[in-house]
Amino acid sequence: MKSLTRLHVVCALGAVAVVTAAAAWAQTSAVDEIAKYRAALKDGNPAELWEVRGQGMWAQPRGPKQVSFEKCDLGLGPGVVKGAYAQMPRYFADADRVLDLESRLLWCMVAQQGYTDADARKSPFGAGNERKSDMEALVAYVTSESRGIKMNVALNHPKEQEAYRLGGKMFAFRGGTHDFSCLTCHGDDGKRIRLQDLPNLTTVAGAQLAYTTWPAYRVSQGELRSFQWRLFDCFRQQRFPELLYGSDASIALTMYLARNANGAAFDAPAIKR
Amino acid sequence: MHTKSWIVAWLAAGIASAVLIGCATTPTDVEVSRQAAAVLKDSFKANGQAGMDRLDQDETQRLCTQYANKALPKDVAEMIEKLNLASIKWPADGKWLGDWKNGERVAQEGRGKQFSDDPKGPVGGNCYACHQLSPQEVSFGTIGPSLLAFGKVRGYNDEMRKYAYGKIWNADAYNACSNMPRFGHSQILTEQQVKDLVALLMDPDSPVNK
Repeated sequence: MKSLTRLHVVCALGAVAVVTAAAAWAQTSAVDEIAKYRAALKDGNPAELWEVRGQGMWAQPRGPKQVSFEKCDLGLGPGVVKGAYAQMPRYFADADRVLDLESRLLWCMVAQQGYTDADARKSPFGAGNERKSDMEALVAYVTSESRGIKMNVALNHPKEQEAYRLGGKMFAFRGGTHDFSCLTCHGDDGKRIRLQDLPNLTTVAGAQLAYTTWPAYRVSQGELRSFQWRLFDCFRQQRFPELLYGSDASIALTMYLARNANGAAFDAPAIKR
Repeated sequence: MHTKSWIVAWLAAGIASAVLIGCATTPTDVEVSRQAAAVLKDSFKANGQAGMDRLDQDETQRLCTQYANKALPKDVAEMIEKLNLASIKWPADGKWLGDWKNGERVAQEGRGKQFSDDPKGPVGGNCYACHQLSPQEVSFGTIGPSLLAFGKVRGYNDEMRKYAYGKIWNADAYNACSNMPRFGHSQILTEQQVKDLVALLMDPDSPVNK
């Protein structure tokens, strides 16, 4: 009787061990397969299609005033694209504001090309085959011209310092129905949502890894996604209202993350699941 | 003598203005927080079911934001837990366990409350986003602890059932500034859905305990 009980216990423990091992194997293999999938994707990145389209647009006369982006100063002089993104966001005296790439392009469209503010903001994000966004193509082109260049975002101007401070605070702001802040998902090392790895954006290594790989071609959406989109979609999932394109909060958060990524080589447009 | 007093006056003025400039360029933590909240309000717009009121913080959200990057003082943590515990709506019929099968569906469902979600559509707990639950589901997150064998390990008793219910209803009642949403308190899930999740954790027949 006694030995029978012991046998049962051994069998039960053995069964538990097999089930646990099987579950662990299933998960490891799923994570491995995702890593292989990502490696395979890197071979041919459709983001190049957006880069080429954006490059073509850059030189074209645009808007009611028929002015090209070659008059647009991204911080290194009118029309200078090479390396400009690695130093953004930054303070622009003509706008008297800190601007990220996308809000700077909006500024150039309104101030130089003669678009109304509403027209300039009409199509920030593409919708697959239904509608392509000019802005995402321009972003792809400009950011591709910083590939391999080290992030070097300055905090010289008081407004740059202010944006960085505010961005850090906003990163911790809890709200909405779910009490989520950016920190909920991006404040610790080695965490996942489902099987998706989450970067810890409060560390230099985490901010560098994440910031230098946006914008990215999103395979699941068939779209190139900008950093403004990344923030917009994070807040959607946080159950917040809609983040306004090029808003001060979006720029402050971008400043906080871009500055924290300083020193790392920019490596985008990338490709993600 | 006359010259000397002028020098002293100029020095004093210099120090005073240096202090003023110093104050102007390094705002206090409270000032930055206030400014950040104001800038956020100008940077969003209502979209569908996600209204601007979602940026209005309650006391718990405000305190958890304030202490996000520093250690939460013990008295503040106790105050938050007390406040949240007092607001838990316990089941009127005294029953803790619903249907674990429905609990599994609630745990899998990620939709609900986003501006992109149909307001009439399903609202889930999305528990697998952060927790391991049933061993069959290998796609689980790690923001929260594994809940595998939850009831089996802790014991199938009323005290545990009540704890599971309260924790899902309002996580801040037990762990101030938890990463976990207050599913009942914030009207994300219904009382029945919370009970179904309690069953998923506490029913001996639930796959979580197999």
